[in-house]
Amino acid sequence: MNRTLVATGAATAPSRRKIGSIKQERRWALIGAYVALAVFVVFFLTPPFHMLVTSLKSSAEIADFGSNPWTVRSPTLENYRDLLTQGNYVLHFRNSMIVTLSVVVITMVISTLAAFALSRMRFWGSTALATGVFLTYLVPETLLFIPLFQIIGGAGLYNNLFAMILIYPTLTVPFCTWIMIGYFSSIPRELDEAALIDGANHFQMLWKIFIPVALPGILAAIIFAFTVSWAQFLYPMAFLVSSDQMVLTVGIVSDLIRADTFQWGKIMAGALMAAAPPLLVYAFLMDYYIAGLTAGATKS
Amino acid sequence: MVGHNIVAAPGIPAAVAPPKKGTLRRIARRRSTLAFLMTLPLIILIVGLVAYPFFYALYLSMLNKRMTSFIGLDNFAFLLRRETFQAVIWQSVIFAVGAVIAKALIGFILAHVLHTLPAKGQKKWRGMLLVPWVIPPAISTLAWWWLFDPSYSAINWLLMTVGVPSVAWLGDPNWARFSVILVNVWYGAPFFMIMYLAALKSVPDQLYEAAAIDGATGWQKLRFVTFPMMRNIIAITVLFSLIVTFANFDIVRILTNGGPQDATHIFGTYAFQVGIQSGDIPLGAAVSLFIFPILAVFSVFVLRGVTKRVRETAG
Repeated sequence: MNRTLVATGAATAPSRRKIGSIKQERRWALIGAYVALAVFVVFFLTPPFHMLVTSLKSSAEIADFGSNPWTVRSPTLENYRDLLTQGNYVLHFRNSMIVTLSVVVITMVISTLAAFALSRMRFWGSTALATGVFLTYLVPETLLFIPLFQIIGGAGLYNNLFAMILIYPTLTVPFCTWIMIGYFSSIPRELDEAALIDGANHFQMLWKIFIPVALPGILAAIIFAFTVSWAQFLYPMAFLVSSDQMVLTVGIVSDLIRADTFQWGKIMAGALMAAAPPLLVYAFLMDYYIAGLTAGATKS
Repeated sequence: MVGHNIVAAPGIPAAVAPPKKGTLRRIARRRSTLAFLMTLPLIILIVGLVAYPFFYALYLSMLNKRMTSFIGLDNFAFLLRRETFQAVIWQSVIFAVGAVIAKALIGFILAHVLHTLPAKGQKKWRGMLLVPWVIPPAISTLAWWWLFDPSYSAINWLLMTVGVPSVAWLGDPNWARFSVILVNVWYGAPFFMIMYLAALKSVPDQLYEAAAIDGATGWQKLRFVTFPMMRNIIAITVLFSLIVTFANFDIVRILTNGGPQDATHIFGTYAFQVGIQSGDIPLGAAVSLFIFPILAVFSVFVLRGVTKRVRETAG
């Protein structure tokens, strides 16, 4: 490996033209980079763009075969207005908010306490538990939804929004605990000592030192829990049947598709508004989230 | 001094220093009780809502349809003999492997391309490229569904304006297989991109400088510097994504619901159809348990990769 590098280096290094060609090479690489980026940005942003275009059209314009599907002739907000004033869309939005916010709070309480204990107080079985937490994170919801269907039914929570608040933490807590163990472990132990000498107990230590210092990690965990809860589809699909209990991910389709009439304008408007909260969160907090997410794999 | 000792070696003073005073031992015991109490909600959650349902699934899968008698492994034998289910296994493999390869390639290209950009522009491009991954898949798949609509497909409209015959995206079995993979790649490629980008940034510049001094070409730098440095992250990301993609549900469920003629069913959607929609809970449980061996094998490797990584960066 080294030998090939050295050999090619020796052959070309002394020529002067090389410097110019490196510059040129770099320029071409940069042009190539922008072309590749442009291609993928178009590919990646086409569906959301088409969503927006469709949501601004009237049903008549959508149904008109002669019109261009990529442009709007006479933009209208009636789809948005209808969704917000009639039907269950606002209710679904509220349900999604209730579930998501509750799950975020529950997740943060459970995983902050657990991460604190696991990162600072070694106890019998703590390493096994940390490994178990990571393995639980890998368990997909498709593996467990059928037994959970029976369990939820047995507990009398079928078609009940609160079943979601109960179950979603299985998807959020493991990873949140995992990233917070990483952040907490990186806090120097001298800080604990100082706190203990000052007479702080463990909860004060957690509240006054660990949470403020590990705030980026906590933010990343909150964003993760928010994203997962907001996007969850299988559990509401399997456990919720009546429209008043539904969350956005299942509500949009179930309410706007009656037999074979697809109200595409409204579906797209509803989808766009449902995508807005995560898009907003990411627009402002992307860096924290990516740092937390990649730290889990690259540094931990 | 004694107090200091406790702090310096939390949790293990009882083991390291022979406890001369009873208080010391009591503190240690109290600390581990406290730690146990703090992890108790987590343990209850994992045991009650993950481990117990898993064993319950094993039990359920060995019952007959009306859940009145125990029939051993008959459900699994029945599934494996059934042609539809054999097709589901194949489709799951094609779907997961095809999508993960494409996601890994696109993610790698994009991460590399982003990495060559000056830092200022990088963030803007990265933000745009992350949009598919930020929108919940159950929501964005609706947009794809509409793009693939049999009579109003906007993609077909474009194809027709350039004179290419339109495609039955979700109507033809092979095109439908392609479409579900395409949407999965669209959704998942940005995740690979950010993982690889983080890994690329962690490669020390000196290595590239050394390679440049040795006269390495761009390809050689990629082959002999970038790849070896990123191998572990690539492995972790690919294995993780394989698990998630094998267990996918949202995209196939919304886009094709398994059709046409069950051509696009994967484990998750088929388990849903059999277990929830047709009401055969035991058979559905058996279908979803087929995900478990895949999960078990891959997660062992992921865990090994992660612990190795932790040890590397710690040491």
